[in-house]
Amino acid sequence: MKAYLGIDVGSVSINVVILDETGAVLTGLYLRTQGRPIEVIQEGLKQTAGLLPADLEIAGVGTTGSGRYLAGVMVGADVIKNEITAHAVAASMLIPDVQTVLEIGGQDSKIIILREGIVTDFAMNTVCAAGTGSFLDQQASRLNIPIDQFGALALRSETPVRVAGRCTVFAESDMIHKQQMGHKVEDIIKGLCQALVRNYLNNVGKGKEILPPVMFQGGVAANVGIRAAFEEALGMPIQIPEHFGIMGAIGAAQLAREEVALTGKTRFKGLKIMGLPYRTGNFDCDGCPNVCEIVEIYEGEKVIGRWGSRCNKWDIVENS
Amino acid sequence: MSKITFPRMGESYRTFKMFLEDLGNEVVVPPRPSKRTLDLGIRYTPEFACFPLKILMGTYLETIEMGIDTIVTSGGVGPCRAGEYAMLHHKLLSDLGYKVKMIVIEPPRLHPFNFYKSVRALNKARISIKGIIAHVKRAWRKLQALDNLEKLSHIVRPREINRGNTTKVYRKALEWIDQAYTTEQIVEAESTALEALNSIPQDANRNVLKVGIVGEIYVLLEPASNLEIEETLGNLGVEVEKSMFLTGWTRDNSWNETSEGITVKEAASPYLPELIGGHGRDSIGHTVLYAKRGFDGIIQLAPFTCIPEIVARTILTKVSKDYNIPVLTFFLDEQTGKAGMNTRLEAFVDLLKRKKQFQSGIESFTC
Repeated sequence: MKAYLGIDVGSVSINVVILDETGAVLTGLYLRTQGRPIEVIQEGLKQTAGLLPADLEIAGVGTTGSGRYLAGVMVGADVIKNEITAHAVAASMLIPDVQTVLEIGGQDSKIIILREGIVTDFAMNTVCAAGTGSFLDQQASRLNIPIDQFGALALRSETPVRVAGRCTVFAESDMIHKQQMGHKVEDIIKGLCQALVRNYLNNVGKGKEILPPVMFQGGVAANVGIRAAFEEALGMPIQIPEHFGIMGAIGAAQLAREEVALTGKTRFKGLKIMGLPYRTGNFDCDGCPNVCEIVEIYEGEKVIGRWGSRCNKWDIVENS
Repeated sequence: MSKITFPRMGESYRTFKMFLEDLGNEVVVPPRPSKRTLDLGIRYTPEFACFPLKILMGTYLETIEMGIDTIVTSGGVGPCRAGEYAMLHHKLLSDLGYKVKMIVIEPPRLHPFNFYKSVRALNKARISIKGIIAHVKRAWRKLQALDNLEKLSHIVRPREINRGNTTKVYRKALEWIDQAYTTEQIVEAESTALEALNSIPQDANRNVLKVGIVGEIYVLLEPASNLEIEETLGNLGVEVEKSMFLTGWTRDNSWNETSEGITVKEAASPYLPELIGGHGRDSIGHTVLYAKRGFDGIIQLAPFTCIPEIVARTILTKVSKDYNIPVLTFFLDEQTGKAGMNTRLEAFVDLLKRKKQFQSGIESFTC
């Protein structure tokens, strides 16, 4: 049986997905990046391998996320795609006529507008990470509430307080102020959810025509409080896909499937890579005053990837 | 003898160096803006000032280390704060204890007397007016040659068969034009250079996207300030056309506005009938013109906190809808990361490709 591997290496999580030939999800893993992408990618492949039937052949691999190049050279990806395309592809696999995709991940949030299955517009947060997963994580641990209960608490509030949501630092001091005034925790959390949604729609969603069906994905979609705040602010229902946290990886696998259908072969190095020694090194290039920080990734003793330079001096000629 | 420098914008420094030397100045060529330039610049400029002020401040401090005592720069047209940067730079530098002379060239059409005074200050060799005009003509020809070469590189790069070929040939060809001095030499160097670019192996059948770049002139012209966006796009298989070149801009504001300038103004007028400073109105007008010419998408480049471009960006949302042309905006400053920019560019190019495939039924893009 043929299957396709998708890996999404994000700031907070690494997702590894296997799709079967029809595009259905066979396995899907959500692992924390913990600042060690290489080890977690290998761990993810190891766990995935354990879940697969023996006769499964991986016929294509796609990578996405901010670590897509790293993952791409490690596994030998057929396609290395940006997160926006990957998320849009995954969303239209589930709802072919989806017109709006809201995606909030660990450190970035984006909105993708589709019409008739084609991405027509998108935006990504630029100067501010307020309202992304990392901030919610941080607030949950400050309030000593497990992150998976954070959103549910918001639903219990009847009189949300108004929280300044433009900037994480101000949002936090505003929340502390409200808490010292004696407001209930659930009211503050609901206020925070509303503030973050407001911030998202004003900054990321600015000027975009949000039409149904609307899909909400990314790690933050687990938060029912944020979801409710979105439905309230937009005045329309929001759909959350079953695999909302790993949609990027699903999209990458699907793109690999399309790519392999064109090229007829895969560059996947095989699951053996989960046992290979990888290490990275870095140095400052002194070729010009830019002093680029060059990062190299080694497989054993061989350099397989190098990036960080502004010119092409350190590019590696692909060994096909 | 006094040493002179000037702001660096792309490859135009090759012309300015020649011209200032012709007038009898000892010229220090400003180094290409680097991380160090920026570090120096942001240390001594207000955080909310726009990107050009910061980069130029860094350039001036770097060239002061190289021994300059005179800076020649341009003034501005219309209500944009860049018109005051010469004075601001002068004040910042003298606060730091550097005594430099600032020669500000204002557009001759608006400030003929000031223009005459500036040219006199630069004319160390006491050349006759006729002589100066001859030098200006030759410098102008060189600037045109540089612009023509750059324009062709944008067409060849997305079609090259071996990635990186165009950039390599382009760098070499720039030196040929740099070395040329007389008008005949410049013309000859130009045609050799264009020929060299044209003879790069290309795939003529490749489906190439066309993207127009609009925005503020400095970030448009200096690749170090826009993270080499044209090269990045070229490597993604996109043909780029920039809405502004120094030869185009100088002409629009020096003599009568060209017919080209008027069409841009006319194109923008249903959306923005006023000059709001900087290049806000041009960004809108050029977007309309590119859309009419059948371009696939538009990229707007602006320095962070640039008011004219912020206004233009808001209006471009409507232009984009009216003409069904996707627009992507980048606000640039020292915080802009290349990784984030590349992600957005890749996604934008994917969007354009899929849109074009969908509309025209093209099977696939081979890039």
